[in-house]
Amino acid sequence: MKVVFVTADGDRKEVQARAGTNLLALGQASGMPLEGTCEGQMACSTCHVVIGKDWFSKLEAASEEEEDMLDLAAGVTAHSRLSCQIDLSDNLDGIEVHMPGLWHDMQIG
Amino acid sequence: MEKADVVIVGAGHGGAQCAIALRQSGFEGTIAVIGREPEYPYERPPLSKEYFAREKTFDRLYIRPPTFWAEKDVEFLLDTEVTAVDPAAHQVTLRDGSTVGYSKLVWATGGDPRRLSCPGSDLAGVYAVRTRQDCDLLMAEVDAGTRDIVVIGGGYIGLEAAAVLTKLGCNVTLLEALPRVLARVAGEELAEFYQKEHRDHGVDLRTDVGVEAFEGDGHKVTGVKLSDGEVIPAQAVIVGIGIVPAVGALILAGAAGANGVDVDEYCRTSLDDVYAIGDCAAFACDFAGGQVMRVESVQNANDMATCVAKHICGDSKPYHAFPWFWSNQFDLRLQTAGINAGFDSTVVRGDPEARSFSVVYLKEGKVLALDCVNATKDYVQGRKLVEAGAHPDLSELADAEKPLKELL
Repeated sequence: MKVVFVTADGDRKEVQARAGTNLLALGQASGMPLEGTCEGQMACSTCHVVIGKDWFSKLEAASEEEEDMLDLAAGVTAHSRLSCQIDLSDNLDGIEVHMPGLWHDMQIG
Repeated sequence: MEKADVVIVGAGHGGAQCAIALRQSGFEGTIAVIGREPEYPYERPPLSKEYFAREKTFDRLYIRPPTFWAEKDVEFLLDTEVTAVDPAAHQVTLRDGSTVGYSKLVWATGGDPRRLSCPGSDLAGVYAVRTRQDCDLLMAEVDAGTRDIVVIGGGYIGLEAAAVLTKLGCNVTLLEALPRVLARVAGEELAEFYQKEHRDHGVDLRTDVGVEAFEGDGHKVTGVKLSDGEVIPAQAVIVGIGIVPAVGALILAGAAGANGVDVDEYCRTSLDDVYAIGDCAAFACDFAGGQVMRVESVQNANDMATCVAKHICGDSKPYHAFPWFWSNQFDLRLQTAGINAGFDSTVVRGDPEARSFSVVYLKEGKVLALDCVNATKDYVQGRKLVEAGAHPDLSELADAEKPLKELL
């Protein structure tokens, strides 16, 4: 399957992935600026991404804890998610994943 | 290798993040990372949690896939260490006597597990939990039938290890020298809660206990002798009593530092072109009233690394990252916001009996920090109270029904 990462500058990078791959791990391996400091423990929001709107509704809903943690992320939108909480499945082939505009301000955490 | 523009000493969280952040900031010079372990950078927190519990395999611990580093043109010198720093010549010496020159040096070595100096501490079967090798050796013992394990030290590492080993069916005795666990990092309420949890899960948790010696059969540990003479049988012992900053070579080279190495607001040491980050760097912490301290956390290592990478790239901003921390034990998720150093009072929100509550630390009425157990909302909203330096009404603060965001 295919995943399209879109940088804060608007550059698109298409990468191939297998179903079951974690979105944060894929993004990091693809050179996206996702820190993922707490390695998926939902102790931070440094892996925040914005999902393309056509794809957002295809994701399993975020847990209450994830919703809470997103309150700490910079540049949050209605389609924000923590990438560590998303494992890719076949129905997400082609998913667009945007880096938040304020990604470079890491000190926001 | 003769020289790199940036030489990073230490291939842990801080070292890895510094290399990543340099490339993300557009740095085009050469980068070399020198690591003591044979592995590419991996996440350390799971060593006392998911990796230890076999819930995660090692390849899932890599901070980046090993191929990533070649793609980003980051060179690694692994399984070696820096034995000397020559600040005038701008070069470091490795274990084999070879030298590597630098334009900028980033010291990110973390620390070595503190060891007990009592008799028998060099027996086989006495472990730390700091590296993959520590963990692998210990897990091999458990696989081979070791069941009686003594954990020395009631800090987060010791408590996390005790939780995992108990879950794996081991008989765990946890020994803490002080009157309570977590004495260095948390208040009494949190300590009492975790002590009860561990005892309820079957850990023989003892406080105010001195260790006299490790007993052995000449080769391997067989028990731990306490100062009152009792001997607790053990086929393996974990010593989790903190770390000693690994800064020897840097201090010998003339860098200032008493507890670790001193750094300024840009993580610069007193040596020209030498930075230090992470567990080994002592800095004046904005979130502890300017107190000079070391902060041992992934957050601190990562954020200092990014601060340094930007500074090297000409984007200078003082280090002012918000401190946070987490610890998982049993089914309990602890999230900590801020630093509680110097607190003079605490307020408990919610009921520890219900296993979802928060401890708020205050100084002269100002919120310094929160420890939140299975209470993510408090963590998220409480963090904003810390950032704002809020002075909330104490009865409202104690009311768990009252969202913290309304107290801003």
